[in-house]
Amino acid sequence: MGKAKAAGTRRKASAALSGARRGPPKACHNPFEVKVNRQKFQILGRKTRHDVGLPGVSRARAVRKRTQTLLKEYKERDKSNVFRDKRFGEYNSNISAEEKMMKRFALEQQRHHEKKSIYNLNEDEELTHYGQSLADIEKHNDIVDSDSDVEERGTLSAELTATHFGGGSRLLHTKTFQQEGEEGEQPKSRKELIEELIAKSKQEKRERQAQREDALELTEKLDQDWKEIQILLSHKTPKSENRDKKEKPKPDAYDMMVRELGFEMKAQPSNRMKTEEELAHEEQERLRKLEAERLRRMLGKDEDENFKKPKHISADDLNDGFVLDKDDRRLLSYKDGKMNIGEDVQEEQSQEASGDKSEEDESEGSSKEDPEEGDGPDSHSDLASDLESEEENEKPEKEHQSPRKGLITREKARNTASTELPYTFAAPESYEELKSLLSGRSMDEQLLVVERIQKCNHPSLAVGNKAKLEKLFGFLLEYVGDLATDDPPDLRVIDKLVVQLYSLCQMFPESASDSVKFVLRDAMHEMEEMIETKGRAALPGLDVLIYLKIVGLLFPTSDFWHPVVTPALVCMSQLLTKCPVLSLQDVVKGLFVCCLFLEYVSLSQRFIPELVNYILGILYIATPNKQSQGYALVHPFRAHGKNSEVLLVSDREDVATWQRSSLSLCWASGLRTQTATEANHIRLSCVAVALSLLKRCVVMYSTLPSFHAITGPLRALLTEHLVDCSRPHELQELYQSVLTEMENQKQLYQPLTCEKSKPVPLKLFTPRLVKVLEFGRKQGSSKEEQERKKLIHKHKREFKGAVREIRKDNQFLARMQLSEIMERDAERKRKVRQLFNSLATQEGEWKALKRKKFKK
Amino acid sequence: MASAALGGDVTGRAPVVSPRGGGGMEREPGPEGARRALGRWLEAVLASRGQANAVFDILDVLQSEDQEEIQEAVRTCSRLFGALLERGELFVGPLPSEESVMAGSQGAVRKYKVWLRHRYHSCCNRLAELLAHSSFEVKELALSTLMKFVKLEGMHPLEKPKWEGNYLFPRKLFKLVLGGLLSPEEDQSLLLSQFREYLDYDDIRYHTMRAAADALARVTDRHPEVSLTFWNNAFTLLSSVSLPRQERKLSHLYVPCSGPSDKWKVVHLREHRKVFQAMWLSFLKHKLPLSLYKKVLVIVHDSILPHLAQPTLLIDFLSSAYDLGGAVSLLALNGLFVLIHKHNLEYPDFYRKLYGLLDPSVFHVKYRARFFHLADLFLSSSHLPAYLVAAFAKRLARLALTAPPEALLMVLPFICNLLRRHPACRVLVHRPGGPELDADPFDPAEDDPAKSRALESCLWELQALQRHYHPEVSRAASVINQALSVPEVSIAPLLELTAYELFEQDLRKTGPQPVPLEFLPAQGLLGRRDGLCAQLFTLS
Repeated sequence: MGKAKAAGTRRKASAALSGARRGPPKACHNPFEVKVNRQKFQILGRKTRHDVGLPGVSRARAVRKRTQTLLKEYKERDKSNVFRDKRFGEYNSNISAEEKMMKRFALEQQRHHEKKSIYNLNEDEELTHYGQSLADIEKHNDIVDSDSDVEERGTLSAELTATHFGGGSRLLHTKTFQQEGEEGEQPKSRKELIEELIAKSKQEKRERQAQREDALELTEKLDQDWKEIQILLSHKTPKSENRDKKEKPKPDAYDMMVRELGFEMKAQPSNRMKTEEELAHEEQERLRKLEAERLRRMLGKDEDENFKKPKHISADDLNDGFVLDKDDRRLLSYKDGKMNIGEDVQEEQSQEASGDKSEEDESEGSSKEDPEEGDGPDSHSDLASDLESEEENEKPEKEHQSPRKGLITREKARNTASTELPYTFAAPESYEELKSLLSGRSMDEQLLVVERIQKCNHPSLAVGNKAKLEKLFGFLLEYVGDLATDDPPDLRVIDKLVVQLYSLCQMFPESASDSVKFVLRDAMHEMEEMIETKGRAALPGLDVLIYLKIVGLLFPTSDFWHPVVTPALVCMSQLLTKCPVLSLQDVVKGLFVCCLFLEYVSLSQRFIPELVNYILGILYIATPNKQSQGYALVHPFRAHGKNSEVLLVSDREDVATWQRSSLSLCWASGLRTQTATEANHIRLSCVAVALSLLKRCVVMYSTLPSFHAITGPLRALLTEHLVDCSRPHELQELYQSVLTEMENQKQLYQPLTCEKSKPVPLKLFTPRLVKVLEFGRKQGSSKEEQERKKLIHKHKREFKGAVREIRKDNQFLARMQLSEIMERDAERKRKVRQLFNSLATQEGEWKALKRKKFKK
Repeated sequence: MASAALGGDVTGRAPVVSPRGGGGMEREPGPEGARRALGRWLEAVLASRGQANAVFDILDVLQSEDQEEIQEAVRTCSRLFGALLERGELFVGPLPSEESVMAGSQGAVRKYKVWLRHRYHSCCNRLAELLAHSSFEVKELALSTLMKFVKLEGMHPLEKPKWEGNYLFPRKLFKLVLGGLLSPEEDQSLLLSQFREYLDYDDIRYHTMRAAADALARVTDRHPEVSLTFWNNAFTLLSSVSLPRQERKLSHLYVPCSGPSDKWKVVHLREHRKVFQAMWLSFLKHKLPLSLYKKVLVIVHDSILPHLAQPTLLIDFLSSAYDLGGAVSLLALNGLFVLIHKHNLEYPDFYRKLYGLLDPSVFHVKYRARFFHLADLFLSSSHLPAYLVAAFAKRLARLALTAPPEALLMVLPFICNLLRRHPACRVLVHRPGGPELDADPFDPAEDDPAKSRALESCLWELQALQRHYHPEVSRAASVINQALSVPEVSIAPLLELTAYELFEQDLRKTGPQPVPLEFLPAQGLLGRRDGLCAQLFTLS
């Protein structure tokens, strides 16, 4: 019951809906005609298209349509001729009768005005005035002008043709007939006539063209003549002069200057010179950016998504090399505006100037002029101008490429170099080659050679140069290692070569890092082998230490992770944990590694357990009477090893004469010819260095949460040290200061807490949203597949529809035929009955007659 | 008895009343000549009893100084006595003294046999001496010859069986061999490795164990100070003895015999175990040098304990080693663990001692992986009290402050695993609302974990290690910042990590493609003037 009711309401609703959709006039259907497709369930979001139907109405519509189309066809099936009504809009009921008439009139007019002849090229319609052609009138008034016909070329004016044929002001048809008449005896055919006409018009056209060309030529000639005269008249026509180059007179100075000026202006569209502050600001900005980048890497936050290509060197434009030149030039330009040019700077500028000069020479080409002319106020930048003459004297210019930071004066270096060294060097293909190039030369020469190799093989000069320079880095590194292992080590050269290494590294970071890695791997491998065989390793030579130092110079050591620096750190950790201290030399090396380690982490402030251990060990072996309480030594150091007295100083006198000094790296490679006093002094210096390292550590690690746990053993040891009074005063003070530094670090222990993890959300059954293209089984496939299926579906439906239509058509036709037959039959029956009737009446009458006869 | 065996002497060339044939066979000098002469003598001796005196000539060559001659003589002896043994030309039964026999009125054959037996005896003695020869070839040859004699003597026993099926093994001869192998002077490790292949035979192994125990007792009785070489030799021999693990009939015999009887001790693994145990105990009861101590401890859990008849007998040894401290203690742990785990050993204060073992050197010793593997095992029990686990965690964390990165990478997950296993210890990393302290309540010097007050503390050390220079370590330490995940991290792959491997890993890792570069231009080797290096070091 309820269901029926519900269905009823729904029907009403849907009826209302459909009513609304179809508009008010169709709302008043006969309710008995309405057929409702009842839905069992209402589905949200589904559009029902066929909920209500009017079968009667639609059937009637279909039948009507068929009678109009199919039936007609059927009826005319045997007829071959058709009657077509071409009257405009005869069957169009949309147009009102008046409109129809108007249109028809317009059409008629149009038809009337259509071209009379296809050969009339000019006019569609002849305008008349008082019955005379307007064109005709015009022509008669007008004299034919040779110039004016330019406008109407290509057309053959009607009246021209007309006058040509000598006709009056009549229509072309009549003219041709006239012409026919005139030419008389040989009447040309129509075709011939036409051809003639065309030929004539063409010829005329050609003539006109030729005439125009003549005129043009003449004008030109006239112009030329005029120019000749004009040149004679006046000089001040640069424009015309530029235009005709053939008759260019010999360039005189003024012209040249003018032109030059013009070119110069065009060639140097430069930015405004930046002021000092701006440049400084820019530099600062760049450094700030790089620093930010470094910090980001240090925190290691973007380890994974770091594909942003941190480009450090963008501002320097390192890709075209000459890093240092560039850099210095930059410095120069804002440091010392016009005056006060230092020696180095002068070099730079003269180089620059010479570059300018050569450029200028090229631009001037073959023209000869005094060298002084180049000195003109605007031919060079004002900075370089006063150096010009000097530069002139100091050829060749290559010799200016000496290093900027030489210790002896630049001039001297240059002079010696110019007498001895060639200016170009092929890049060495092997390490031996490089070595042969460099060996036996003085430091400055070596540097010069390296620099020249670098410049001669700049990647912008030739294709293979990049690889060559990449190799050069590796060779240089090897060379540095060799220098460091030499006896005595040539540290000053290394000191200078580092700059070259840096610049090469900036140019080729990848290959440079690879070669550094290779060197490190070599060192580690050597050490590992030793550890495997002996259980411990000796501290490696100075070369490895130098390499480690160079790593720190070339790469940012503060990165959270760095492909070169991290292995280097591990390497240093190995050095500090696996290599026992056997001699004073080892102490120096170890302290250098400590120092390096500390320098590596100076920015990132990271914690190095090995370092603290090592310093503890060093200080321990410097303690005279060991008690070993409150601290434990770790690996390379032993409480009672045989080398635990390497750093002990017993001589009072030496203690008294000791002066604090920094340690020399040369001691790391070998200590020889030393007196006992010297050795003792070195020992004391080592202790001092260890203490200052420790001090640095203490300051750095004071923020670590377990600072006291870390420094506990050191404190114990230092207090032990303090008891002993046999140390120099200075050292004693150092001890005291470190100790107080340690004790001053008060620390509060905050209890640890984990970060609050986000609460795990409850599992919710959120609907899965799928894009529904069409209802049915067409989901979950690719877009193309869906498209295809849609098409197939459509085709199927259309096909079905078509079949149904055809079937209905056939039914309709069959019905028609049946009705026809029925009609025919009925007719026949009627006729037969009629015949029978008449026959019956006839018979009746005849019988009646007969009966009458019998009666009679 | 032993002295008699050793005292046998070839030089005791008593003028015997033996049918010593014409000794007119001379030999040319040189090894080639010796070889030919030896061949001749050998043929002569084997051909007729009348030529038997040539044995003296052969034995003479055995005394030679020349290495090649000795080798030739050894080979000849091997063939000679091998043949004689097979022929049964040697006297069987308890050997009477030579003089008495010679003087007596027994038959000539008996005299001959006794005489020959004496020669055989002296030959064996000489061969045993040759085991200490300087040349390895000679040693090897002597050993193989002696072993051949052992085999042949086993097949043709020189004693009369006391009853039917009596097991007769040439014990005396074998003792002689072992006496040579366990030389107090010579390092016999190479020869022992040769000897090892005989140890595959069950009877050889059995008798080796017995003889070795005897030899040990003999040597240690005689000299109060025993040389390191002897101990090393003994250890090499002892450690190369390995018993079969499964109980099975041991019938892989070196001396072939027709039907090994069930009554023989050799065929029972139980007996083998007993002898094995006796051997090891006799070895271990002495005061061993430290290096050997460590070596024994390394193998004790694996190759000694499982084969002992009564493993508990090693308790004393292991606990005394454990009390020794240092690396030895670490190593003793393993054996102790087996005893505790499998043999119900109740070890008082085991964890306290384990706690005492944790000192800074634990990260630097060679046995680090082993120690942490065991420590992981010991601490894997979930029934341990929280204070104990907390003390361990805290102590390890404290020690981690001195550890190298490769050890840190292992110990940090270790600590985290401890905290995972024992949720009560999580207060060490998560103590919300705890009071702020001005000192760490943990007492690192305290030996007793119960009194170390670790539970009141927090793992600030790990927080400090989050700032470690190595990125992996820093990451591993940062785990405690979040709530610990439930599954434990397996530390097994990290146990053996070495610094070199770590280095290689770091090298191989590829990072962001453009390698970041230092942007401050280098000014010299030591860097900027205000840099640390430039302050403390100079180039000149």
